[in-house]
Amino acid sequence: MQGLDFSVVTPYLGLLWMGVWWTIVLTVTSSILSFFSGILFAVAVLYAPAVIAYPVRFFMWLFMGTPLLLQLFLIYFGLVQIGIDIPALGAGIIGLGLHFAVYNADILRAGITAVDPGQSEGARSIGFGRWQTLRYVVIPQAVRNTAPPIGNNMIALLKESSLVSVIGIAELVHAAQLAISETFRPFEFYITAAALYYILNLVLEAGLRQVEKKVEVSR
Amino acid sequence: MDFSLMVRVFPFFLEAALVTVQISALALVLGLAAGSLAAAAKLSRSRIIRTIGTVYVSIFRGTPCLIQLFILYFGGPQIGIHLDAFAAGVIGLGLNIGAYMAESIRGAILSVDKGQTEAARTIGFGRAQTMRKVVLPQAARLMIRPLGVNTVALVKGSALVSTISVVELTYTAQRFIGSTYKPFEIFGVAALLYMIIVYAVARVVDLLDRRYALS
Repeated sequence: MQGLDFSVVTPYLGLLWMGVWWTIVLTVTSSILSFFSGILFAVAVLYAPAVIAYPVRFFMWLFMGTPLLLQLFLIYFGLVQIGIDIPALGAGIIGLGLHFAVYNADILRAGITAVDPGQSEGARSIGFGRWQTLRYVVIPQAVRNTAPPIGNNMIALLKESSLVSVIGIAELVHAAQLAISETFRPFEFYITAAALYYILNLVLEAGLRQVEKKVEVSR
Repeated sequence: MDFSLMVRVFPFFLEAALVTVQISALALVLGLAAGSLAAAAKLSRSRIIRTIGTVYVSIFRGTPCLIQLFILYFGGPQIGIHLDAFAAGVIGLGLNIGAYMAESIRGAILSVDKGQTEAARTIGFGRAQTMRKVVLPQAARLMIRPLGVNTVALVKGSALVSTISVVELTYTAQRFIGSTYKPFEIFGVAALLYMIIVYAVARVVDLLDRRYALS
């Protein structure tokens, strides 16, 4: 048993900082992707013809029943096999984005169904088309009503983004692993990484609370 | 799709699925125990105990499960904790899900109507008696679904222990993808087994919920 010495972390703070930066980039881009794909999937399941709705439902069912880590391996190695050679970062963003899109879609589907039918009837009667009604009347209300659970998914996404370290993306966990391979001090570096995640988590939670408050006020 | 490959690798995956079930089941037991303790701690009258409960839940929910596993398995030896991968997996997953369980249990207890407690106290029940005979039986029904959701998340989260080299479903899938370069086929086999486990758990939760739900 060797003594713990957190001063070994100091020379690697720059490296860890880059890791934090990439974790933020991953979380933000994947969140945006998961939000918009989530809306798309929800609308497809509810309104698209069966040839589209059923494959989307099958895909959602498949991605809700399997682990993210397994999905990341499928996307990372699968895309290469079908001839799409994208860098690991792209595979990571697509993997995280699709995984959480499925959960967002499940929430949004319920949110869309819960919007008062009088809203779309009203929109249709003043001359909005079907698509316009969805786009300008129903979806904005559904998004507003489901903001808290979608925010929770973002918080989960931040933590789960650590998984993409396994496909070699240089985010926070990967940065810590790099430092450990030089110093052989896993405890100090993983604790530091955990602390950084904790801070990121607090910041994200505070940010989401602000957004929720805004949404609440403008209702 | 190369179906003969899927058939050939199936026995390996069946064995791996058993490990996934074992590790999830053991982590579930630990998680329920840790979760109950933490929920009780957070509802305690003592400020110190409350703080301990809050800190546990906040730390384990505020950091990635992957890092928690790494600290335990790779960092553990530095502070004198030597665990094999399987034990580290069970403890790591169990403590992580325990923090989520704690919030579900606490939420269920707090959502039992206050009038129930007041009525019990009025007819002379003590604090502990009220909790045990009035509040908990009602809360138990309310927590079936959220605890079930946590259990499903635990089964899927158990894939993380592949990173500390426990030979379960995801580890086996990763190994076969690497050796066969057939990601879709291998994913198909692993996904099938995960789905069976996950939807079996969901079905049990459904049955329990329907049986014990307040009508």
